[in-house]
Amino acid sequence: MFENFIASIMTIEGAAFYVFSILTIGLFSITVMSKNVLYAMTSLAAAMVLISGFFFILGADFLGVVQLVVYVGAIMALYSFAMMFFDATKDIKEKTTSNSLVFLLGGLSALVLVLMFAAPIYSENIQALYPMHEGVGNAQDVGMVLFTKYLIPFEVAAVMLLVAMIAGIILAGKKMDESLTEDMSADDEILIIKDEK
Amino acid sequence: MIGLSHYLIVSAIIFSIGLVGVLRRRNLLMLFFATEVMLNAVNIAFAAISHYYNDLTGQMFAFFIIAIAASEVAVGLGILIVLFKKHGSLDLDDLANMRG
Repeated sequence: MFENFIASIMTIEGAAFYVFSILTIGLFSITVMSKNVLYAMTSLAAAMVLISGFFFILGADFLGVVQLVVYVGAIMALYSFAMMFFDATKDIKEKTTSNSLVFLLGGLSALVLVLMFAAPIYSENIQALYPMHEGVGNAQDVGMVLFTKYLIPFEVAAVMLLVAMIAGIILAGKKMDESLTEDMSADDEILIIKDEK
Repeated sequence: MIGLSHYLIVSAIIFSIGLVGVLRRRNLLMLFFATEVMLNAVNIAFAAISHYYNDLTGQMFAFFIIAIAASEVAVGLGILIVLFKKHGSLDLDDLANMRG
């Protein structure tokens, strides 16, 4: 057992796996436990960079790049811009319930979920629907499957992103916290602007 | 050698960290962070299964999860900003105004 561990840590893949997993688990624990929003957000961003390292080890190059661009580049930037609306410098005071019970419940329900989803994998009746091709790059392979077999989900995801963008603009835009249809102050503003002209 | 079970165990640990965060946190922004942790754990499991079964389906699902996470964050942060403008706080105990 222990010799196996030493042997696996000697390979580059094994060493990278252990370094990435220890760092990711530590950083995510900081995210979940920290009282300061800025610390939590920074450690979340760092852990997401390290998770893209997992994807590169696993040969999913394109997924790793997408993880870097979308998660670290877009989502964390969105969080840090939204942080300007909140008071991020002071610590969060939370009324926490009994911690040991929460850890027990969280661990147990996660274990149940993992067992539920891992059981069909270990029952060995999974077949590769879209096998990877030898000698073709990962990005090319992903593109072939994404634009043939998964074209409709891809387009639906595009529409969903558009809807989310419009919703974000409407929710976070100026003066948008008031109702547009019910109150008439918006009309008054338009009239004032017209008078000024 | 690193096998599939190694990756699944790491993914399970990260998922349970996220689940503990969801159960323990009272601040809405921190709840969003915990959700991101859980989504990332699932992505690791998908990529690992995709690699060890030589199948691209896992990576496809991971892409769609990333797209859903991006739109969830865009809408969710908009709602959080509106809530903060209205109540001046993101604490779930302050926001609970329906006392049954």
